[in-house]
Amino acid sequence: MLPREYRTITNLSGPLMVVEKVNEVRYDELVEIELASGERRRGRVLEITTDKALVQVFEGTTGIDCESTKVRFLGKVLTLPVSRTMLGRIFNGRGEPLDGGTGVIPEALLDINGNPINPYSRDFPSEFIQTGISTIDGMNPLVRGQKLPIFSGSGLPHNRMAAQIARQAAVISGHEAFAVVFAAMGITFEEASFFMEDFRKTGAIERTVMFVNLADDPAIERITTPRLALTAAEYLAFECDMHVLVILTDLTNYCEALREISAARKEVPGRRGYPGYLYTDLATMYERAGRLRGRKGSITQLPILTMPEDDKTHPIPDLTGYITEGQIILSRGLHRKGIYPPVDVMPSLSRLKDKGIGKGKTREDHADLMNQLFAAYARGKEAKELAIILGEGALTDEDKAFARFSDAFEDRYVRQGEYENRTVEETLALGWELLTMIPVRELKRVRDAYVEKYLKPLLKEREANESEAVLS
Amino acid sequence: MAVGKSVKGKISKISGPLVVASGMTGAGMYDVVRVGNLGLVGEIIELKGDLASVQVYEETSGLMPGEPVISTGAPLSVELGPGMIEQFYDGVQRPLNAIEEKAQSPFISRGINVPAIDRARRWTFRAKVKKGDFVVSGDVLGVVQETVLVEHRVMVPPGIQGRVEEIREGDFTVEETIAVLVDGEERREVQMLQRWPVRTPRPVARRLPPVVPLTTGQRVVDMFFLIARGGTACVPGPFGSGKTVIQHQLAKWADAEIVVYIGCGERGNEMTDVLLEFPELEDPRSGQPLMKRTVLIANTSNMPVAAREASIYTGITIAEYYRDMGYSVALMADSTSRWAEALREISGRLEEMPGEEGYPAYLGTRLASFYERAGRAICLGKAGVEGAVSVIGAVSPPGGDLSEPVTQNTLRVTKVFWGLDASLAYQRHFPAINWLSSYSLYAEKLGEYWDGIYDGEWAKNRIEAMSLLEDEDRLKEIVRLVGIDSLSKEERMILETAKSLREDFLHQNAFHEVDTYASMDKQFKMLKNILTFHHLAMEALKRGAALKDITEMEIRERITRMRYVDEKELQLLDQLEEDIKKEIGNLMPAGGEVHVA
Repeated sequence: MLPREYRTITNLSGPLMVVEKVNEVRYDELVEIELASGERRRGRVLEITTDKALVQVFEGTTGIDCESTKVRFLGKVLTLPVSRTMLGRIFNGRGEPLDGGTGVIPEALLDINGNPINPYSRDFPSEFIQTGISTIDGMNPLVRGQKLPIFSGSGLPHNRMAAQIARQAAVISGHEAFAVVFAAMGITFEEASFFMEDFRKTGAIERTVMFVNLADDPAIERITTPRLALTAAEYLAFECDMHVLVILTDLTNYCEALREISAARKEVPGRRGYPGYLYTDLATMYERAGRLRGRKGSITQLPILTMPEDDKTHPIPDLTGYITEGQIILSRGLHRKGIYPPVDVMPSLSRLKDKGIGKGKTREDHADLMNQLFAAYARGKEAKELAIILGEGALTDEDKAFARFSDAFEDRYVRQGEYENRTVEETLALGWELLTMIPVRELKRVRDAYVEKYLKPLLKEREANESEAVLS
Repeated sequence: MAVGKSVKGKISKISGPLVVASGMTGAGMYDVVRVGNLGLVGEIIELKGDLASVQVYEETSGLMPGEPVISTGAPLSVELGPGMIEQFYDGVQRPLNAIEEKAQSPFISRGINVPAIDRARRWTFRAKVKKGDFVVSGDVLGVVQETVLVEHRVMVPPGIQGRVEEIREGDFTVEETIAVLVDGEERREVQMLQRWPVRTPRPVARRLPPVVPLTTGQRVVDMFFLIARGGTACVPGPFGSGKTVIQHQLAKWADAEIVVYIGCGERGNEMTDVLLEFPELEDPRSGQPLMKRTVLIANTSNMPVAAREASIYTGITIAEYYRDMGYSVALMADSTSRWAEALREISGRLEEMPGEEGYPAYLGTRLASFYERAGRAICLGKAGVEGAVSVIGAVSPPGGDLSEPVTQNTLRVTKVFWGLDASLAYQRHFPAINWLSSYSLYAEKLGEYWDGIYDGEWAKNRIEAMSLLEDEDRLKEIVRLVGIDSLSKEERMILETAKSLREDFLHQNAFHEVDTYASMDKQFKMLKNILTFHHLAMEALKRGAALKDITEMEIRERITRMRYVDEKELQLLDQLEEDIKKEIGNLMPAGGEVHVA
């Protein structure tokens, strides 16, 4: 075989370089670059013609020159050494240890791009995960194998919420093998250390693998960081039978990096300068969540992205929403009112909710109750808007009841403590209790039987209390 | 199909799913090629001198310039024959279960070659022609019971005719000869397995205008925005507005004999859902599992992008094949936007001049020629049977903005528009089809059809219900400006009825075991009861009854629960109509007879 080392870099632009007079180079091959200083960097082949290779350099092209820099083609795609012992470890965006420990002794070497899961081999996610947060458990239930992003904005407490979910979801499945894989893409040191601290404090770090690319690390590395994390997650889930929760933050930074490469390649841009293949690219990550028939483990994804200008129609949240199975949207309005977690229930959605709830999973009345709470909250908000325009007096008695309900709903159901872990029974009971504020006739979304079973006792109790109050 | 000569070239460039090969002189446009040492499947989409641009249907990583590219000399084709129903294919018609078996893994590895139709399975073939009969293209040679619901009619392939020299009966595999036809000098053996290039529409004898409704069991569709057999519909909506649920509902309950469901660039779990659920669900007409009439095609968003482009054509060719047997076929494509994006990605890699939003300039023509393959037709063959392909395409406009190119180009060719509305979805009003902006160009023709069954009452009720909703919109605007007190009690009654139409009729719960499907009888009765209540209430108001007494009537609760009335107990709805008449009659201050307008 010919020597596969070249000093024929002819072109450098942004994160890309062109190497000429190459021979037998494969598409997507891993490249090692040695600078004159002896520093080594890595890259991958983005495009290859008979004698010319376009290489994307992960750590950026600063300092690379056309004369002395050596390029080696390694004849393999980028792989990640994986092992059970990765739990508790912290790596950088290239998969090298950041915690001072030694490299991982690999049980397997895996292609970080993975292969698409055969849809025939999937098992439908239907196991309810109790996160202890009412707005999720009650209104937008999460199930194992789902991908449910948090759409947030700058300044909103999405990190605290993600940490709370990681913490509490871990507690309930304590007797089962559970792991968290955490990928940070371009977040600040402060944000990253918040997660590390939180995981350390609660002991979750023992079950966590972290891949960290900070804001001052090379942007191009952000392309590989989530793929490393998902490769590790796939190994833990499908080879080691663990239930893995993958937190990816912040996808917006990932997409920016992708745009940077696309621009450097002078590709025809799609919306807002993002490449036309952004959907496909995001899908190759999000679709790595799921369950497989005949395997115990699962990958649940919780990607976090900050919407530029809180705009849900921006390409990043928009395309994400088309791929993921719902979304949790945080609201600036609720946050201003001091409500934590500021989940905007109305536009939030969990698409897999119907499979994860009901008899034998949570409780028979869950679906009806959820639909009724949604409808009542929507009507209450509508009534409140009307009241702003026309004054309270324009509302009918019913509308007033709904308006009161929606306030109480935000204050008691949405709001909860950062360390408050509500069981699903508590969440359901709270829902019925709030529904007592509305005339029974208006409860069109719940079956009569459930009204009898869950609501009537509450009403009777209240009547009894009231009459007692009158008597005394 | 004439097979051209095989050409062997070499890879000279690789860029994502696009490979350029040199030395390809003699290869034809849209020929299928095998790329590289792994033999990945691809299709030629551009020829320049001896260079051929190939879109590859599998992941290209690891390929190297210099590796061979071999043209098969034939265009991308599907295999047609018994064994397609109940199958779960990828975008280029590889059965996903066979891929799993061969890969020995739940992940799709590359270069896996599996036949689309099982070669080993034997089918019991019953002849329908005799020796000596003269047959033409489209004539049924014999039948095979493919599933309990589907009788597979083995036809004389298009372009072939002749006298039956030999016809066999018994158990055969799809590759064994079942008939021999002689036309002049030419002697032709016919097998059950046939091939057809996906990008060419299958011929029919004569096309017909769509005049028969395709019922779906969904009230907003069947009653308001109807689709015809052989019609085309478009469902655009932002994410979370329930496109996929609607597509699933139609795939479940549409009264088509064959359903082809294409998951094009969508979620893997959704396809798994269909795959697990359809064998469990019962067809309301036959009582058999829905899977027994369904073909699934999945190219999920993480599967190779070029195969996504092909999946739409694979699906419609299979649909046309069953149409040719005389079946009514419904095809659902979710989502055509992902197909258009695949087109855009390939076009970008070809460095073509982009049109709007980076989409190629030929997007509109491609979309139009796809939807044009839908339709009702007299099929080939002496029997002149009638078949239909109805196409329902979901569109995922970025940011829910309907002005984008894919939606606009689709709207130009489809006849039904079900506009999904995010604000309805937030209120959990499903299906979130906006009753003001949606339309159906079939409504008038199909209204005549239903009027024939419901004594001329059907179209009248539909129009009245829709105009009540229009009125509501107008009145609500007034309420927003000057308050509810400015409305007369008749106007307030209109608001009440419109609300009842929205909540008790249009809203339908796909996950409720009874509500998920409503027959036309049930729909008609439900609507009639709501309108009867409205007419009588207006009459009572005119005679001086108080609005409050009407809106607080107990019987309205029974109206809200009409949706849960089982199909077997529809007489309860007639009973309710009688009770409505009686109870409002009691409210009439003057007493006496009530006359329904």
